[in-house]
Formats: sequence, structure tokens, C-alpha cells
Amino acid sequence: MTTKAILDDLREWTGPDLRIMEVCGTHTAAIMQSGLRSLLPTGITLISGPGCPVCITPAAYVDKAVELAMRPNYRLYAFGDMLKVKGTDKSLSDAKADGGHVRFVYSPLDLLGFAEKEPQFTHVFAAVGFETTAPIYGMLVKKAYEKGLPNLEILTALRTILPALELILESGDPIDAFLAPGHVSAIIGSAGYSDLAQRYQRPFSVAGFSPEHILYAIWQLAHAVRNGRHDVCNLYPGVVHQEGNLKALALLDDVFESGPSAWRGIGILPGSGLFLRNKYAAFDAGSHGLDADPPPNPACRCTDVILGRIHPTACPLFGTICTPGCAQGPCMVSAEGACGIWHRFRGE
Amino acid sequence: MCVAVPGKILHIEGDVATVDFQGNRVRVSLGLVDADIGDHVLVHAGCAIEVMRKEQADELNDLLAELEEMLAPERAALADREARS
Repeated sequence: MTTKAILDDLREWTGPDLRIMEVCGTHTAAIMQSGLRSLLPTGITLISGPGCPVCITPAAYVDKAVELAMRPNYRLYAFGDMLKVKGTDKSLSDAKADGGHVRFVYSPLDLLGFAEKEPQFTHVFAAVGFETTAPIYGMLVKKAYEKGLPNLEILTALRTILPALELILESGDPIDAFLAPGHVSAIIGSAGYSDLAQRYQRPFSVAGFSPEHILYAIWQLAHAVRNGRHDVCNLYPGVVHQEGNLKALALLDDVFESGPSAWRGIGILPGSGLFLRNKYAAFDAGSHGLDADPPPNPACRCTDVILGRIHPTACPLFGTICTPGCAQGPCMVSAEGACGIWHRFRGE
Repeated sequence: MCVAVPGKILHIEGDVATVDFQGNRVRVSLGLVDADIGDHVLVHAGCAIEVMRKEQADELNDLLAELEEMLAPERAALADREARS
């Protein structure tokens, strides 16, 4: 089957109207960049999902990170996309401008060297992310434990994607099929979605990030729905295995335990957070209970965007008072938030 | 945030590899994978999260061929329905 044949087949789509959710922000960006939406028939709609960890991190977490950054004997590190997200008042960028110690690094593992080199400071990584990134924080903590480093900590806002997908399926919003997040799947495996696929009778497709991969997945999902199939199809077999990355999963299980956690704009989801186990509690910078969010602009519709109920352009604030330079809601802040991406590419 | 980039392992020392990303050489942790020199790995935040297997990547083509076969009866049924209407 060639890409042209798939496009021809989709162009003549006579099946039911479909809403397919692309869960991952990186997929959303790839879809926008490639102009893929314009190639799809009117009956097939792509909906952006909750797959941006920065967007769903509560304000209370950012507040805590800002507070740590302002302590004179602390050094706070984060990935670049966390720096601009505002807490109740301030972002980490603001904290830096106010004299706080905030540094952007390429890898959390860099902190092992920093902690050894500057023992007079406590070095904290703002550990935000999904299953893709969580094992790397696990490795950091495990190595710090083995080295007996007393001055390395992580502030966790780690979330697992399956409880959010279950919420979307439970909320009765009509999502017919899911384009599963590719790199989360590299860790949890394509089998991770089997239970949801069976219980809610929805097909899942695991795909890479090239436009061809995404197109194949959409085509496969469309036919799966039409034929009443609700299995998990792995179209990324060079990277994703059915059982996932067993080393990474064992490490996650060793270092973290799951618990209830808050998603900005959604609320608390049971079992959706990863927290350090008791054995590693000394490496926790105070990650529990960081659930609170200030009331958003009442017109902000980030919750509906995250849950796939509306496209970003349906929000009255989108592109008017809410822009990447002056974001009203979390989906506009991050480079991988649905609103931020749509704004960058000016929608459909 | 979950962006990951493929690169090729040039050199390994302990559990750290030197990985080539189209000419850029970067140190990458191999703590989450079993990989050898010459392997392609998918790297996220300074860490290889999976080894990319060429033969498995080729499976995609086999999979698509399989899907095409699975769809053949559906197409025939559609063509049949159209012919009758």
C-alpha cells in the first residue's frame, strides 16, 4: 500500500463521520506542520488530545518550583518548555529575572555532575513529564541513591496517560479512535492500550511522527472503525514493542508508585501520578499535594481543548487576548500545547 | 516534550555512549537499553529509550500489506453494494 493509494482511498471515504484523537502534542505539531488535515475527507476530523505534560501541570507545582528557585542555597533545573508556564503569579523565567537560580538543561542526568561539583547547593530538577521521560528521572534518583548524594532532589509532576484517556472515554465525548502517543508507547508498549480498546470498543494505532506514518495510522483507524474492529495496531514496530521497554518499566516500578494527581483544567485523576517510593523519599523536593489551580479566566476553554471537546479556535480567547506571548491558559503556553501549536500554524 | 531523536552509536564507555546525530556528537546514557556500537537508538533527554531495529522497521511494510489484504473483502463488498444500487 503506497501513500498515494492511501490518500486516494481516504479521498473516497464513504464510511461514517469519524473523530480521531491524536493524543500526543508532538503528533499535533507534526500534523500541523505537514498540512495533513487538508488532505483528509470532510468526514474525518482530527482532535488534539491531552498529551502535553507542561499544559496539565497545576499552578501549585510551578509555585513550589519558583519558591525553591528563590532559596539562596538551591539550584533549580528544568526543560526549556517549563520556563514560561505561570503559576499563581510567576513563572520560572520570572523567578530567574528576580534573581532565582533557574537553569535550562538538556538532560536531567547532568545534575549528577552538578551535585558532586557544587556540594554547597541542593540541586533540584523540575521533573515534569509522561512515561517517556519518567524512567530518566528514575535513573537519576537511583544513581543519586547509589552514589549517596545528599544534595540532589526532584520535584515531580509525573503523569501517566491511560487514566486521562479513560476519563475522555468515560466522559462520553464522541472520540471514535485514538492515535496513540508514539514515544510514551516505546515505554509502556502497544499492549498498554489493549484494556481500554477492549472495554470501550475503540481502536488504537501506535504510529511514528512522519506525515506518512500518521496518514497510515489514520487510514488504518478509519477502516478499523468501519469494520467494527477495536484492536491495537502497532505501525511503529521499529521502535515500539508490544510489551514496551522492560528495563524502563522495571526501573519505574522500583523508583515510583502511582497515586492520585491533579491535571490542570481537569482535576484529580486517581492513579494518574507517579511519586517517589518511600525508599527514595529523601530525594523528593516536596511533590505531594501540589494540586491547586487559581480560577482561570472564566472564558478560557483549555479544559474543553485538553479533553478534545473543541478545537482551540472555538475558544473566544484564542488569538485575541490569548496568544503565546500573553497566554491566558496552559494550552497556549507550551510549544506542544494544542492552542500554542494551532496559533503557530494558524489553525486549519 | 516527548520528542525523541534517532542517532547512531559510535563509541561506548560504561553505560554512556557517544551518539552521532547527523554530524553532531552527543553523550547519551544507555541505562535503559541493551545496545552495541553501530546500533541506532532513539534518544530522549540525554537517554536512549529504545534501540531501533531495521528489520522491525521493515515490518511496517509487511503490516501495510497485511492491512491491504484485510481490506480486500471490505472493498469487494462496497463495490458490490455500489453495483447493485
